Amino acid sequence: MYKFVHTVGQYVLLMRRVFTRPQRGKIFWNHLFDEFQHLGLESLGIVAIISTFMGAVVAIQTAFNIDSPLISMSMVGFTTAQSVILEFSPTVISLILAGKVGSRIASEIGTMRVTEQIDALEIMGVNSANYLIFPKVVACLLINPVLIVISIWLGVLGGWIAMEASGLVTTTDYLYGIRIDFDPYIVFYALIKTVFFAYIIATVAGYYGYVTEGGALEVGQASTKAVVYSSILIILFNLILTQILLT
Amino acid sequence: MIEAVGICKQFGDNMVLKDINCVFEKGKTNLIIGQSGSGKTVLMKCLVGLFEVDSGKVLYDNRNFSSMNTNQRKKIRQEIGMLFQMGALFDMMNVQENVMFPLNMFTDKTEEEKLDRVNFVLKRVNLENSNALMPSELSGGMRKRVAIARAISMNPQYLFCDEPNSGLDPQTAGVIDILIQEITREYDITTIVNTHDMNSVLSIGDQVNFIYKGQLWWQGTKDEILETTNTELNDFVFGTELTSRLKTRRS
Ligand SMILES: Nc1ncnc2c1ncn2[C@@H]1O[C@H](COP(=O)(O)OP(=O)(O)OP(=O)(O)O)[C@@H](O)[C@H]1O
Ligand SMILES: [Mg+2]
Repeated sequence: MYKFVHTVGQYVLLMRRVFTRPQRGKIFWNHLFDEFQHLGLESLGIVAIISTFMGAVVAIQTAFNIDSPLISMSMVGFTTAQSVILEFSPTVISLILAGKVGSRIASEIGTMRVTEQIDALEIMGVNSANYLIFPKVVACLLINPVLIVISIWLGVLGGWIAMEASGLVTTTDYLYGIRIDFDPYIVFYALIKTVFFAYIIATVAGYYGYVTEGGALEVGQASTKAVVYSSILIILFNLILTQILLT
Repeated sequence: MIEAVGICKQFGDNMVLKDINCVFEKGKTNLIIGQSGSGKTVLMKCLVGLFEVDSGKVLYDNRNFSSMNTNQRKKIRQEIGMLFQMGALFDMMNVQENVMFPLNMFTDKTEEEKLDRVNFVLKRVNLENSNALMPSELSGGMRKRVAIARAISMNPQYLFCDEPNSGLDPQTAGVIDILIQEITREYDITTIVNTHDMNSVLSIGDQVNFIYKGQLWWQGTKDEILETTNTELNDFVFGTELTSRLKTRRS
């Protein structure tokens, strides 16, 4: 219990140092573009593969489960689109990103901590928390929604490809299904969730990296902790946000 | 000049520093020596404010560093250069970017002026034409020299070096020591060096402070250290095979 309160307190104090104005605008922008590259572009591949296959599997399973002739096959398109937008893309892909991006952030910052690079920044008079963590948070907040939108497209596309290939559902039915009762609000809902999750991933990983003490072994532990705790928080906030936004 | 006044620091139950009073003079290489674990690094980190002292204060030319807030400290920090035990180069930047980093962060110089300055300090540490190398491509001695170049790029008034020559062969270690001493005299700055290497002590110890079990146990010059009768210091100085043989031969 004491440890929990201590961790939360330390996290809040760190965030107060993170969310300040960068000392040098130009350096911040350069950093931000680097992070787009490292945290965004480099995640594109895994996001694309997982989303496409996920959409395909959802579509196939739905198609097989419809055995009543009373239910139109266009329900496959409907179900695939709804589940990809509501849950699979924002939540599952965010969990994947917590693993990929979170461990990267924690190990990068943790290594800088144990090799005294953070001390070196502090000695020069640089606010190391802001300098290191802020660009990563901003990058995640901006790039994760883009990744999720791409993931949604690819998920729906994956379902369509699977239906075409297997001949289970015709293209017309599938596309018609996607548009049944389509409410743009659910995309908005997906993006709100994504932004929350992005914040969790970047700040939790930044925190565990920043407070690392020791050596290479502890850096590994910090990155594991970052992944575990950000995943738990994502699942928890998924429940809370779903309650708030959909009821 | 830097003064430590009654510095105490403990971690949990471990009293690491006990009432350290010490003056580090300008234009001299002031050494802090002592066994591994005696508190040298902790003392240095207290002096630069990476650790907060439990009691006591640190004065930089009569400016009370310990009572300053973050913004006031930032000013003083720009007058400080520090060389860390492991170099602490930014490993995602090449040599030039490392040395230029403080200039980018804190000055409004043009690119050309900054590059001039970088080349000047790199030349000072005998590392011309290595601007494009990454830290991973450097040898231990080169890393230390790049770190020195970065530490002096802003023309510091105070230079801190934590074990500048640990992990280096005796000759390279000597080169680093001499470099630190030359820079200190040339720019008339206050330099503090942590070391447990007797070679360094005897070659550059203008003022030597011996820390024993968290206390300032002995102070003197490199010449006085060989004549001392202080038991603990003698154990430290003549603690190795080589030095003890030399001592027997002398007497
Ligand atoms: N962050 C810390 N938390 C708790 N204890 C610490 C911390 N840093 C140092 N210590 C303790 O302070 C004591 C002195 O350590 P310090 O690093 O100053 O030794 P040192 O004289 O620099 O040794 P070396 O020559 O090996 O570098 C040790 O007992 C160490 O366990
Ligand atoms: Mg040390």
